[in-house]
Amino acid sequence: MLDKKINHPLHEKENRTICFSDATMVKVKQIIARYPEGREKSAILPLLHIAQEEFDGYLSVDVMDYIAGLLNIQPIEVYEVATFYSQYYLDQVGKYVIEICRTGPCAICGGEKMQTYLEKKLAIKTGETTPDGLFTIKAVECLGACGSAPVMQINTEFYELLTEEKIDRLLEELTVKAKEEKPEKSKWIEKFF
Amino acid sequence: MDRKILLKDIAVPGIRTFEVYRSNGGYQSVEKALKRMSPDEVVEEVKKSGLRGRGGAGFPAGMKWSFIDKKSLNPIYLICNADESEPGTFKDRYLMEKIPHILIEGMIGASYALGANTAYIYVRGEYKYIIGILNEAIREACQNGFLGKNILGSPYSLDIHVHSGAGAYICGEETALIESLEGKRGNPRIKPPFPAVVGLYGCPTVVNNVETLANVGFIINNGGSEYARYGTGKSTGTKLISACGNINNPGVYEIELGLSVREFIYSEKYCGGIKNGKELKAVIAGGSSVPILPKDLILQTAAGEERLMTYESLAEGGFVSGTSLGSGGFIVYDEDACIVRNTWNLARFYHHESCGQCSPCREGTGWMENVLHRIETGKGRMKDIDLLVSIANKIEGNTICPLGDAAAWPVASAIRHFRHEFEEHVLNPVKRENLAPTDL
Repeated sequence: MLDKKINHPLHEKENRTICFSDATMVKVKQIIARYPEGREKSAILPLLHIAQEEFDGYLSVDVMDYIAGLLNIQPIEVYEVATFYSQYYLDQVGKYVIEICRTGPCAICGGEKMQTYLEKKLAIKTGETTPDGLFTIKAVECLGACGSAPVMQINTEFYELLTEEKIDRLLEELTVKAKEEKPEKSKWIEKFF
Repeated sequence: MDRKILLKDIAVPGIRTFEVYRSNGGYQSVEKALKRMSPDEVVEEVKKSGLRGRGGAGFPAGMKWSFIDKKSLNPIYLICNADESEPGTFKDRYLMEKIPHILIEGMIGASYALGANTAYIYVRGEYKYIIGILNEAIREACQNGFLGKNILGSPYSLDIHVHSGAGAYICGEETALIESLEGKRGNPRIKPPFPAVVGLYGCPTVVNNVETLANVGFIINNGGSEYARYGTGKSTGTKLISACGNINNPGVYEIELGLSVREFIYSEKYCGGIKNGKELKAVIAGGSSVPILPKDLILQTAAGEERLMTYESLAEGGFVSGTSLGSGGFIVYDEDACIVRNTWNLARFYHHESCGQCSPCREGTGWMENVLHRIETGKGRMKDIDLLVSIANKIEGNTICPLGDAAAWPVASAIRHFRHEFEEHVLNPVKRENLAPTDL
């Protein structure tokens, strides 16, 4: 948690409008209504998930400021939260973020070998993104699927009982899928929030 | 010894849906509680059941509930802790995925007992698909009149909301979870005041684990004393054990408390023995935070008694020769496992997950990780071993929340039981090439 920093100069504004679509806004209002009046700040975690999904997969300073405005809180309150939780990305990531579990139970079942294999296969180090912008590798702590170790998560999907062949197949499938797929942003939000 | 409460109907096709769950006797406890029992009677039954918190601490659930100040003018909240992140633990995920209504039913009974009209389920951010399953279960329960205003025509109303975490082990600690639910960093609070007095939004709050709440329906239906007939002694009921590591049948098992550890590891019904015909070396019996025990001490206590899967038996011998049932995350290591490397791995985990609030934990976990890394990579000195013990001792008991203790115990116990392996690493440094690539 301590190794994160905000790279973006605060004064530098982006060239895009940060604003949720009307459909997302309906959902956002529903989420805020789950908490008592005056406690809207409670919605910050789910809203940051949605913002990250809607605005290119990471939380820029402008996006965080936008969320602060929506919840009527100070921007610093959003930065505090965004830098604390490991699922919020402060820098650009690939379309598919591969989070490979490195904690004990996975490690004794070959998790570290899978991490090395991923790095070799994609020719990047953990923490980096492939030049085509498709894959980012991240090493994460226990994903809570130790019974089917080794495990990784790609975006919201779990992939379990990993082998080198399985990884080969999966990366191929995703590469093909990335070319065909049209973005369907609101679907994800409907499903999980 | 294999009666089941939670996973009894797990094999019934479609049990995830309201319809099938209901036709298998689901939600009867809500009818019984709301129509024939007072909230205090429900609390009494849970007290009688002896049900203990299934998240790891094992605190008696009924007693926790009775601390709630019902005369408070503030609203009362129930929070379900579904931030399952203790390494080796994946039982709550399994339960919520397969049979989500058992949790919703238990939460209605618990909320009624506490006088809560709003309840939250705090799910760890990685379990996004579980959020979808829970939302669907809540929608079904609402549609059938078991949630919302005036449940089953009674004056009692309840809303349950699912809240998503975002990747932080520390939020499994109840006060950190409350901070997180309030939209802040997950920094644990100083106790007292306990959440039962000052909890969510400063109001009386009970935080219970998924598995704990899932037992409430059975207790209301059958009575606390019937529940207490399951299990043995002070360890009543059943427990979900998530078994993983070098075993033949990893997975989630519901066991009646009192089963012997030997049977759990070697029986075909459970772990099915050690994978690839290897020998058992060590076990972490209750999630990564509890002391690791070598084969001879996990199968038998130091006094030579058969070790049982109960709170008391696993703790027999204290931290000198015992461990803890914890969250039920049962990690098995075979003869090839390197204890030094495993201890380093876990130390790194706690360093990564320390919230940074208390200096003994923030600094100490990093020092332990570094020193262990030094030993594992062949650069260790003999005095490093005692240095580790000394750091662990200085963290333990000196932090706001139990993460400090949880970080200290795996290191201290690994050295207590496997000191020779650490010494061997120092005396015969070998170049260990397969260390995780980016951690060096």
